[in-house]
Amino acid sequence: MGGHLNVNHLIFLGHGALWTVGLSVIALVGGGIVGFAIALARISPLKSVRLASAAYVQLVQGTPLLVILFLGYFGLAAIGLQVSPLVAASASLTLYVAAYLGEIWRGSIQSVPKPQWEAAEGLALSRTQRMLKVILPQAIRIATPPTVGFMVQIIKNTSLASVVGFAELMRSGQIVNNSLFEPFVIYAIIAVVYFAMCYPLSLFSQRLERRMGRGRVNLAPA
Amino acid sequence: MSIQLDFPAVLERWPSFLGGAVLTLELAALATVLGALLGTLAAVGRGTHSALIATACRIYVEAIRNTPLLVQIFLVYFGLASLGLKFSAFTVAVAALTINVGAYTAEIMRAGFEAIPRGQIEAAEGLALSRVQIYWHIILLPAVERVYPALTSQFVLLMLASSVCSQISAEELTAIANYIQSDTYRAFETYIIVAVLYVVLSLVMRAGFWGLGLVLFPRRRRLGTPL
Repeated sequence: MGGHLNVNHLIFLGHGALWTVGLSVIALVGGGIVGFAIALARISPLKSVRLASAAYVQLVQGTPLLVILFLGYFGLAAIGLQVSPLVAASASLTLYVAAYLGEIWRGSIQSVPKPQWEAAEGLALSRTQRMLKVILPQAIRIATPPTVGFMVQIIKNTSLASVVGFAELMRSGQIVNNSLFEPFVIYAIIAVVYFAMCYPLSLFSQRLERRMGRGRVNLAPA
Repeated sequence: MSIQLDFPAVLERWPSFLGGAVLTLELAALATVLGALLGTLAAVGRGTHSALIATACRIYVEAIRNTPLLVQIFLVYFGLASLGLKFSAFTVAVAALTINVGAYTAEIMRAGFEAIPRGQIEAAEGLALSRVQIYWHIILLPAVERVYPALTSQFVLLMLASSVCSQISAEELTAIANYIQSDTYRAFETYIIVAVLYVVLSLVMRAGFWGLGLVLFPRRRRLGTPL
């Protein structure tokens, strides 16, 4: 209808791909900060903090990201808070990623062998010192492979931000498709670009896992 | 600025919400059963001696696991249409979700196969079990028992991911929510209710799988631990 796929369309898709990377970084950093707090809250000595953070994780992990995005975009607008697609997508993804990273990291912190915790306590380290100097350096090693694996999920999940009109790769593809109407070609190109972003990370994660000597199944939200 | 929430205005549409939840469960159940079959076949295929089949299965698994579900759904939807095949959106949704969850199932099942000790297979051979018997009793069933928790979490994630099918206007919970919110202008209330319904659905599925596990794996029930 609107002619053929040309270099301008590809440049437009390239911009979309850059925004996909940008949104993924925002989600990773935001979700990482909140997720770290969640991980610490899940093993807090205070029961109320533990319960509240567990409830948060259960709620978010039991809700589709799409619904969280709709809540962040249409929902906040409906109660009078006008937010841009970028803000809505960043906030929703941050909350979503935090719940998953929080659980991954809690598992990593808790899988540091018990004697390490006891030895740190025996050396009269404070709670903060024990965490920073003994537990976290070891937990980071355990947490790296699953975290890199989860980055693949983050990149894939940013495609859902297209539904609130944020012009990342998927949305750019839809816009180009609206003018050319060659859906199969365009979505195939999009799929290839996503694959090119995700596959190296997947391989890297697998390599890290093998080096750690613990083959684990990569559980992933589709 | 005052925020007014009006849940009763949205809650009076409860039959639609309930219908949507049932449709989502149907969609998830169909894709789970078909995806489990497809995934198991792909996992078996990856372990065969034929390099061609093994490579094809590997490409399938990696291609699906490294692209977003939304793109896959659009590709299936428009791909079938460009071949001149007309299917309902619901059928396309089932097909796309099956292809998607099949790849994740294949990866989980492969881990299960690899965890079967070599000696057990040799022992079965020594007892003159046929190839089919070995595959069924020594490899497949113990592998499923071992990876059952990972499989079930994957299927719950599939149910949640099925919300993406609303984008090709397949009838399910999120699509119905989109309709209700555009009809009532009560977006926040609608999506809160839908979020609660999804949490309930995922709890129901978890409970169902837990019960099913007790029935399917008597050894697990008796010992209280997997294998």
